[in-house]
Amino acid sequence: MSDMNQQMTARYKNNFLKEIEEQAEMGDWVKMCMQCGVCSGSCPTNFHSAWDHPPQELFMMIRAGKRDEVLESGSMWNCVSCYNCYVRCPRKVPITHIMHGLAEYAYRLGKAPKQQPTQFLSKTFWDNATKTGRVNEVKLTQTLYFKNGLMDGIKQAMAMQSVALGLVKAKRLNPMEAVGGGHKCKDIKGIHAMLAKARELEAQRKGRAA
Amino acid sequence: MTSVVATNQTILVVGGGISGMTAALEAAETGKQVVLVEKNPYLGGRTVQLYRYFPKMCHPTCGLEINLRRLKANPRIQVLTMAEVTGISGAKGDYSVSVKLAPRFVNENCTACGECNKAATTEIDDAFNYNLGKVKAAYLPNDMAYPQRYVIDPSVVGTAEGQAIKAACKYSAVDLDMKEEVVTLNAGAIVWATGWQPYDAAKITPYRYGEFKNVITNVEFERLADPHGPTGGKILRPSDGKEARNVAFIQCAGSRDENHLRHCSRFCCMASLKQTRYVDEAFGADGKSTIYYIDIRAIDRFEDFYQQVQANPNVSFVKSKVARITEDKNGDPRLWGVNTEGYIRYAEPHDLVVLAVGMEPSVKNVAIPIEVLGDSSGFVMADPANGGIFGAGCATNALDVNRAVQSATAAALGAVQVVSKVARGEA
Repeated sequence: MSDMNQQMTARYKNNFLKEIEEQAEMGDWVKMCMQCGVCSGSCPTNFHSAWDHPPQELFMMIRAGKRDEVLESGSMWNCVSCYNCYVRCPRKVPITHIMHGLAEYAYRLGKAPKQQPTQFLSKTFWDNATKTGRVNEVKLTQTLYFKNGLMDGIKQAMAMQSVALGLVKAKRLNPMEAVGGGHKCKDIKGIHAMLAKARELEAQRKGRAA
Repeated sequence: MTSVVATNQTILVVGGGISGMTAALEAAETGKQVVLVEKNPYLGGRTVQLYRYFPKMCHPTCGLEINLRRLKANPRIQVLTMAEVTGISGAKGDYSVSVKLAPRFVNENCTACGECNKAATTEIDDAFNYNLGKVKAAYLPNDMAYPQRYVIDPSVVGTAEGQAIKAACKYSAVDLDMKEEVVTLNAGAIVWATGWQPYDAAKITPYRYGEFKNVITNVEFERLADPHGPTGGKILRPSDGKEARNVAFIQCAGSRDENHLRHCSRFCCMASLKQTRYVDEAFGADGKSTIYYIDIRAIDRFEDFYQQVQANPNVSFVKSKVARITEDKNGDPRLWGVNTEGYIRYAEPHDLVVLAVGMEPSVKNVAIPIEVLGDSSGFVMADPANGGIFGAGCATNALDVNRAVQSATAAALGAVQVVSKVARGEA
């Protein structure tokens, strides 16, 4: 069990709804759900089997205190942010944001499923973007393609060749980024200071050890 | 010129639906003078547009007939139809009200013989049937219309057809020179009973109302089931006139929705349960009704009605707010969503979809030409700050006929107390 997971389990004991309300982004909206099901009916990914728990079921599970089932679920990682659910929700529950809030919180606690591709993308993107304040597309795609080894990476890169060439032609992708650090923002130190401050404020707001 | 006798001891009732009629009658029967103002050419409002009411499944003809008899027998009520209140000034015990009267082009001589109708050729939308059919430009709004007097549509006035209509009348009842007029009258108290209107279903975009012909509203379905309606009481779907044997009802179409109406409209669950009976009566075991719902709110003592419908094997219930509707090539609307009992996805075709649209006040409190307190949906609230103005019926809340009548009686009592004080010189 991670330290943070231990800390949160001790603090909220069996009140998982309260934990989500205070710790997950937009979690305080969970109690507003009236279980009409329009969110899952509107979800484009709901027609794939990976979505084992649609949003309104996740919300009910949170209220029922099913902590492990919710946090270890892969469901919220499947959200494609189309916002159909949010637009149609009769209670104006920001479902899309809650999905991301739950995913992020599960990740922080170390309970998110380990081999989840969306999670890998998010983590890679975050590390890539925060390093220099700019996304290095070449390195980002490299990391993604080669995550399952060299051969698989070459295969994927070959499959996407025409797309990559198109991007280069349209000057949306610079192959020279592969060499050195790539382009960066002017004040990297400033960016890092801002991120550190944001982390500090979040910890303060959510009563977490910084 | 229309003359109205009114003093500051008169009660003005605005709206001649079931609530306004009730309030007017209750007040008049205690001995007060009442002026009843109605926008339509007939009394009875949305209640006469129903085929039958729940829970006893009786026809509005019955209940309204009693009220009309009371009204005809009471000399203290003056009825103004095709009339709208345009201005109110003054205060409790002494209001001055302007009322705009639209021309009917037919006077009191009318015997409702129908000769003008035969002479008319132009057809206009039949508002009484929610524009599902057409009527001729000289028409009786509905069979039990009170006053029992024809109306001539302004579109034929000044035409040769208008002259033919006039010539057809044997009683000199057609008067094409009638003009719009404004009368000013006094009142000590006002009962505001302007009722409700169905929520505009076209605003619920995923349901494609107005675009898919076989997606209709619950009020339109009442007209389809009514023998006096546009289909003669046959439940035929609008796109191709096929019998609608497989009908879906979508509850909370607009109600309980922060994007549309915030409130629960209360009557729609019972209305849909009632309408499953129409399907059952028309087609028996060959008919199928499916109710898609969030939760069924068969308010108060109507739970037994719900249980009876549940026991019907031809009616099924799906606990789900439908996400969207598409249309199959044959015109069948197809409903998409997830049944929350078991989280089962569905994509079901039906012959006809009935949207159980909710109630919104037809005149929101802010649209009343004097300051009256209202809630966040625009329903009139009971508050001493409203002075001598009392909300009644669906102007105050989403109510069924039964509750609207109760509310109207309460409003009449409030108004009676005000004018009694005026009479005693206390107000």
